[in-house]
Amino acid sequence: MTSEGATAPVDDVTGISVSHVNRSFGSVVALHDVDLHVSRHQRVGIVGPSGCGKSTLLALVSGLDDPNSGDISVLGARTAKERLDRCAWMPQRDLLLPWRTVLANASLPLENKGLSKSAAYEIVTPLFERFGLAGFENRHPYELSGGMRQRVSFLRTLVAGKDVLLLDEPFGALDSITRADVQQWLKSALDEEPRTVLLVTHDVEEAVLLSDEVVVMSPRPGRIVARIPISLNHVESRREAVTQPDFIAARGLVLDALEA
Amino acid sequence: MSELEGGLESGAVSVGHMLEPHDDPSMTFGQRVKQFGPSAAVLVGLLLLWEFAALFLSIPAYILPAPSAIIATLIKKWSSTLQSATWVTLTEVLIGFVLALIAGIGIAVILHAWAHVRRAVYPLLIGSQTIPIIVIGPILAIIFGYNIVPKVILVALICFFPIVVTTIDGLASVDPQLKRMMKTLYGTPWSTFKRVEFPAALPSMFSGIRVAATYAAIGAVFGEYAGSSNGLGYVMIQATPQMQTSLVFAAILLLSLISVLLFMLVSVAERILVPWAREGRMQ
Repeated sequence: MTSEGATAPVDDVTGISVSHVNRSFGSVVALHDVDLHVSRHQRVGIVGPSGCGKSTLLALVSGLDDPNSGDISVLGARTAKERLDRCAWMPQRDLLLPWRTVLANASLPLENKGLSKSAAYEIVTPLFERFGLAGFENRHPYELSGGMRQRVSFLRTLVAGKDVLLLDEPFGALDSITRADVQQWLKSALDEEPRTVLLVTHDVEEAVLLSDEVVVMSPRPGRIVARIPISLNHVESRREAVTQPDFIAARGLVLDALEA
Repeated sequence: MSELEGGLESGAVSVGHMLEPHDDPSMTFGQRVKQFGPSAAVLVGLLLLWEFAALFLSIPAYILPAPSAIIATLIKKWSSTLQSATWVTLTEVLIGFVLALIAGIGIAVILHAWAHVRRAVYPLLIGSQTIPIIVIGPILAIIFGYNIVPKVILVALICFFPIVVTTIDGLASVDPQLKRMMKTLYGTPWSTFKRVEFPAALPSMFSGIRVAATYAAIGAVFGEYAGSSNGLGYVMIQATPQMQTSLVFAAILLLSLISVLLFMLVSVAERILVPWAREGRMQ
């Protein structure tokens, strides 16, 4: 799937670039002089205390919001509208539409692009197998478990065919067992089909597990205080990963940066 | 699982639930009796009390006719008077109600889409509700005569307000996160309205439509009081000075049946159009 909606030419080198970005809401300074550079198909985890502006940063990158000052470029796209074309955004809540079946929910981005229902379904139906959702196409979201709903939400996000995924605590609403499951699943989905990912989370282990680099933000006004590159030996499961020395070391570095 | 949820649902009776459809096809006969039994028992008890009071306290029939006398009048006068009157009033109610639906939803959508129109018009719309609908009846009769038009307008006027208000509320209270989500998924304002805002507003909209359904008959009767040559309101206004009290009650009974019929139609439409809302409430 390609990002047909994109108009400006894709800049392969820069990925996402945020420079000197400030954002205030009234007298509250949410982000102060934030710089962040992410190469294409890199996965960056963003951790920080509550209210440090993590979600604001994602909204700015996605084009849902504009900074008061500073520049944002997403694969060469600079205006909010162009950034919206490049970025898929997924928040903590699955935001599935209760009046649509699971299949119709996943097809939403294609229908929005102007495809007919049947054409959209034809494209999306084969993906259900891969997402472990086969057989649930015609169910409604309320008939699914939280983990499955979140996978449908992922499927919908990926169907949009955008190069950049902005994930805002996507596992926050899940219980810890489901959470580990979906994390593992997302990791393999992204290994198969690489995207540029910004992952906001308050779970340090999750950030270390899923990212190539973890960025630590300070309490309000949000600034980036540390960048910790992650390179883990390839392991099969989360259980295995969390016992590896390189994982433990990386987690220690992130926790140190958070407490500094 | 679903039985447990059904149990919780019927246990938690609230004012909101009084106006909501209770009829669930999955209910067993026993559950139905449990659901509707108490109110049916109270109704039968009251009717019996009424019947015996009329019989033993020797209340004159022109003051309070017994239920049995009302039914007898209903049957006796059906083909001569009540049948055509019911038809006339039913027609007024249905046309007025459909007009109110179209105008109410249409105006609500316009007011929702254009904030400056909403600011200009919405306060006036609410203010207009302070004019008692009953005084508009004679004015409309003067303008349009004794035909169906003033009745239809009155029904529409009385039904339109709850529909507008609940539709605007429904559209305004759509989860903003859903709209943001649509923006990131190639959503245009139109596709967002069509695929998110309108469906999300439907449950709220239907609560207003259900209230409107119970008001509709009142509008028709006001219209007929103001000037008419047929209809249940006309029958009542003719029968009252003639002390034909049982005929008045028979007309009231038929009016109630029209309201119940309309309410049921709305409930069926709601179950077809908004099946997810029930499930959402059960979660």
